[in-house]
Amino acid sequence: MSRQPQRAHRAYRVTRVVPEGRAGVTLILDGAMPAHPGQFVMVWLPGIGERPFSLMDDDPASLTVARVGPFTSALCELAPGDRLWLRGPYGSGFELVGRRHLLVGGGCGAVPLALLAKVARARGHQVIAALGARTADLLMLRWRFEALGCQVMVATEDGSVGHHGTVLDAVQQLLDDRWPDGVYTCGPEPMLRAVASHVDTVGLPCWVSMERAMKCGIGVCGSCHFGDRLVCRDGPVFEGREVL
Amino acid sequence: MGWWPLPTRKGCTTTWQAAARVSLIDLSADLCGVRLRNPLVLASGIWGCCAETLVRAARAGAGAVTAKSCSLEPRKGHPNPTVLDWGGGLINAVGLANPGAAEERDILRAARQALEPLGVPLIASVFGHSPNEFCQAVRLVAQAEPDFIELNISCPNVESEFGRPFALDPEAAARVTEAVRGVYSGRLLVKLSPNTPDIVDVARAVAAAGADGLTAVNTLGPGMIIDVRARRPVLANLVGGISGAALRPVAVRCVYEITRAVDIPVIGTGGVLSGEDAMEMIMAGATAVGIGSAVHIHGEGAFARILAELKELMQEEGYRSLGQFRGCAHV
Repeated sequence: MSRQPQRAHRAYRVTRVVPEGRAGVTLILDGAMPAHPGQFVMVWLPGIGERPFSLMDDDPASLTVARVGPFTSALCELAPGDRLWLRGPYGSGFELVGRRHLLVGGGCGAVPLALLAKVARARGHQVIAALGARTADLLMLRWRFEALGCQVMVATEDGSVGHHGTVLDAVQQLLDDRWPDGVYTCGPEPMLRAVASHVDTVGLPCWVSMERAMKCGIGVCGSCHFGDRLVCRDGPVFEGREVL
Repeated sequence: MGWWPLPTRKGCTTTWQAAARVSLIDLSADLCGVRLRNPLVLASGIWGCCAETLVRAARAGAGAVTAKSCSLEPRKGHPNPTVLDWGGGLINAVGLANPGAAEERDILRAARQALEPLGVPLIASVFGHSPNEFCQAVRLVAQAEPDFIELNISCPNVESEFGRPFALDPEAAARVTEAVRGVYSGRLLVKLSPNTPDIVDVARAVAAAGADGLTAVNTLGPGMIIDVRARRPVLANLVGGISGAALRPVAVRCVYEITRAVDIPVIGTGGVLSGEDAMEMIMAGATAVGIGSAVHIHGEGAFARILAELKELMQEEGYRSLGQFRGCAHV
């Protein structure tokens, strides 16, 4: 458990920028950051700030960023060759159960699920990725799940693409048929609770990845607590029951 | 705790006998008349921003817990990066982020209610720009009836805004203590800074002004970490307080000097990561031992681990209570 890094941050350069519709971008970096799917890194832009992000991929390290504020906007403006700094990886990861996995992502909740999909596909497992967003141009990482050979289901609140409604509606039948061995979800908290509670009723294993405003990222400051849990150290991945 | 002879089988010591001997070791401490089941005190600023995590620290084995410092008005604190593990410890400039004394009072009330059945005392922590502001915050926080109020006069991370910490000057430190003493009759601790050549003078002044106990020490520095590729300091505040392993020898020296000079009890805080470190701090004269950076290194298991190591070491060295070696290093 003890960690003694020589330096907190490691410098990377952006090698490629993949646009993610109106939502943001994916930044592919020039080095690896070995991590378990679901773990996160603290991303530092000198003079601008430092925030937690899930790893979309660990080799090469890749970040998918939704533009929501000044810091994420600055990240979205990075070009190939630009530098950024990472420390981590931190926190707990997803645990793959069985061989058939249902991934349920809302908005940028798709990001940690993409690394999970990569690991599961590398083991030859079946993966269905259900991605939800408000509108078609806010969907993220569909290309990535397709490239990994996942079956992709899409739901939008305005019906602009895929199922018209919530992503939980879209996967309800799969859950009721008990298709998956395990369910993995990340996204807005009401969605997480809805998914976790439905999966609990069906009686399948469920993991959720939580998001909280975070400062230290290393289990010291306590700013990312939910109840007596710390998202940075006990999470960000929790068993579904813990969020009910 | 009484002692009773153990039945022995000839020539062999069973594990339960060894376990029974360990259980004869009394880890309790008396801090200003309050019994701590063990000497480990969760230090201020670690996990202390909500009732639930304070209670979790207590369940994980802390003998007492300290809430995060609060001021009269809410504060956002410094932007990130605020905390780093630089290899030899932590450096932090959280900047005293807190929800303000009124909301802190509610957090403390909830914490106290949950801590009472566990027998774990609660220490509130307060800071301010002026003696008057300290008093106003203390009045609010006191309504939650914490077992102690600790005055944080020593944060090194807000100097640009607050000016020189009160803890660097015996007179200023005494002024704050005396002012608060005038409005608060409960147990009062004052947290001292290692960043002064006169810590003993500050301790004496604060004790004379009415402090019941001291917490020694706050973080060291401030220090700075520069990222050579970014070509600038990493902390958004540029500088921050050093804690963890790098702080321990300084903290031990401070506790040693203070406890030789004043009679009031001291919570020895700074880089205690193991049972041996805890014993060292008590031998330096500490009544209780603060735990901060260890929570980063060992997670919530820090308390159980340090206590188990301390117990084992006490057994090895033939001690049955903390009093048998408290301050014994004074020469």
